[in-house]
Amino acid sequence: MTEAWLPREAEVVECVAETGDTHTLRLRLTDPARHDAYRFAPGQFNMLALHGIGEVPISIVSDIEDVRLFDHTVRAVGRVTRALVRLRPGDRLGVRGPFGRGWPLAEAEGRNLVVVTGGLGCAPAVSVIRHVLRRRERFGRLTILQGVKHSNDLLWRGQYEAWAREPDTQVLLAADVATPDWPWHRGLITELFEQIEDALAGSLAMMCGPEPMMVAAGRMLLERGMAGPDIYLSMERNMHCGIGQCGHCQLGPHFVCRDGPVFAWPAVASLLGIRGF
Amino acid sequence: MNQSGFLPRADLQRLIDRLRREHADCLGPQVRDEAIVFASLERAEQLPFGYLDRQRPGSYRLEFGDSERAFAWANGPQALKPLVFEPEQPMWHSVRDPDGSLQFHPVPAKPSSLAVIGVRACDLAALALQDAHFLEEPGDPWYAARREGLFLVAVHCTHPAETCFCASTGDGPSCGAGFDLALHELDEGFIVEVGSDAGQAVFEALQTLPVAPGQRAAAEAQQARAAEVQQRRLPAPARLAELMQAATDPHWEEVAERCLSCGNCTAVCPSCFCHRHAETPALDPSRSGHARVWDSCFSAAHSLLHGRPLRAQTAQRYRQWLTHKLAGWQVQYGRIGCVGCGRCISWCPVGIDLTAEVDAILGEVHD
Repeated sequence: MTEAWLPREAEVVECVAETGDTHTLRLRLTDPARHDAYRFAPGQFNMLALHGIGEVPISIVSDIEDVRLFDHTVRAVGRVTRALVRLRPGDRLGVRGPFGRGWPLAEAEGRNLVVVTGGLGCAPAVSVIRHVLRRRERFGRLTILQGVKHSNDLLWRGQYEAWAREPDTQVLLAADVATPDWPWHRGLITELFEQIEDALAGSLAMMCGPEPMMVAAGRMLLERGMAGPDIYLSMERNMHCGIGQCGHCQLGPHFVCRDGPVFAWPAVASLLGIRGF
Repeated sequence: MNQSGFLPRADLQRLIDRLRREHADCLGPQVRDEAIVFASLERAEQLPFGYLDRQRPGSYRLEFGDSERAFAWANGPQALKPLVFEPEQPMWHSVRDPDGSLQFHPVPAKPSSLAVIGVRACDLAALALQDAHFLEEPGDPWYAARREGLFLVAVHCTHPAETCFCASTGDGPSCGAGFDLALHELDEGFIVEVGSDAGQAVFEALQTLPVAPGQRAAAEAQQARAAEVQQRRLPAPARLAELMQAATDPHWEEVAERCLSCGNCTAVCPSCFCHRHAETPALDPSRSGHARVWDSCFSAAHSLLHGRPLRAQTAQRYRQWLTHKLAGWQVQYGRIGCVGCGRCISWCPVGIDLTAEVDAILGEVHD
């Protein structure tokens, strides 16, 4: 049996304030051998443990080849995450992982990619976008659709503008409610699909965000001719163990922590969009 | 057929003595607080001789009669679950040194040695379900240690309760596998059957008598009857799998009108495995513990996501429990997660009967 349930000590090397309540923690395992051996895939997550407070699952957003540090972007929404964003360089915490199945990047090579994300800077989507842009020649056209409720919610606005300047990359943003200086679409993200129809043929789609958004977007992609197995989505559920034992993250027959968090559409489609399922 | 022999009732103490010598403790069913529970057993007289259990939806009552038998009842609120899957199990503790560094110390799994007499077929089936969950990689070391140390003396069930339906799930009333020894209780004593190498050694030391043909026939007859008298049943697994497609059925709301979301069903269920991770800080802030603690899908905290429960409604929680137990479990572990013990029916304070709710949702009609 492996000690997948035991945290290992890590040190906060750097803290980057993204917004008032969202910080990126750049971490290093303090045991050099463990740090050197640490490998993960985009879309996987770690359990971060705070002494005396508890543990939470957080996506890994750094690049797989960036072996010096690994990054977690944390938004203060609960008891543990509020304490996590207060960490400063030199502070220690526990890390266990990586857990789960990440994005199907081997399958995505050579293909056009459509990344659909909603909400406040969806970390699993950011990890895959960065992965593709650092290996630009290995992937086809990249189309990024990001929706937010209010234009002020958009995290990493400068980053989206930078991504839009990358070769063969299109960025489409939508805000339900927007300030006057918002240069992009006002309305739902799904209204942008008409603008990308020609990008969809032969594409692989990756989605991350609120479940109703992913359900609506998935159905639109299917209507526009995409095959179900070419649509992937990253799911969220309560997680305590990360290894399929505690039972909290179940979605139908799946343990999201172990069988996901990234699923192909056909595996979960019938389970989505049902309140409380 | 398993090797077997006859043990006169007066010799039962020899079995208990032997198990007590070989194991750190020997548990057996005893009456405590008006229920039959597993407790440390030293003398055969401590067994619930003469007791019967009357179980109905929302009701569990013991009656004392003139029976000669020690096992003329179905089951109590406990299965083997609390003996292997501890209600609260410390996992690690962390220590913060004055320089700020953190150390995480695992709580070692201690070797265990425990004999249990009076295990039912449904308990063995549920233990196999929990084994499939907790021993699968990466595994739970504390469960594994406790499981490794178990010596199980099963007793074929002759008195199913009104709430029992193990015959329909295929898990009882007779014990098929998973025991070290199994007993058929007859009026004059026990037919002892061997189920493992460890059981074989104990069996040989017991020096049992040959089983008379009449005793064998009596045992078979009472087992057949124990299956026949069961009134409740669950539909076949393929039919139960359809529950996953019935997520929007209005009957979930109807159950929720009665369900208190108290979690009694998940506490007495011998297969329910959900547990939360709980931080247990010491008064000294440099030290903190971390434990896994039984949880229930009927609690609001079970489904917390971004600080809010995903399943805020009781109907959603009951649906989660039943669809997991009877449908999702089949995908996860190759069979349903219910063994037909009926505990969730008896110990539900409002008497919700899962077999009736399943029938209502699937539109099953019985003659």
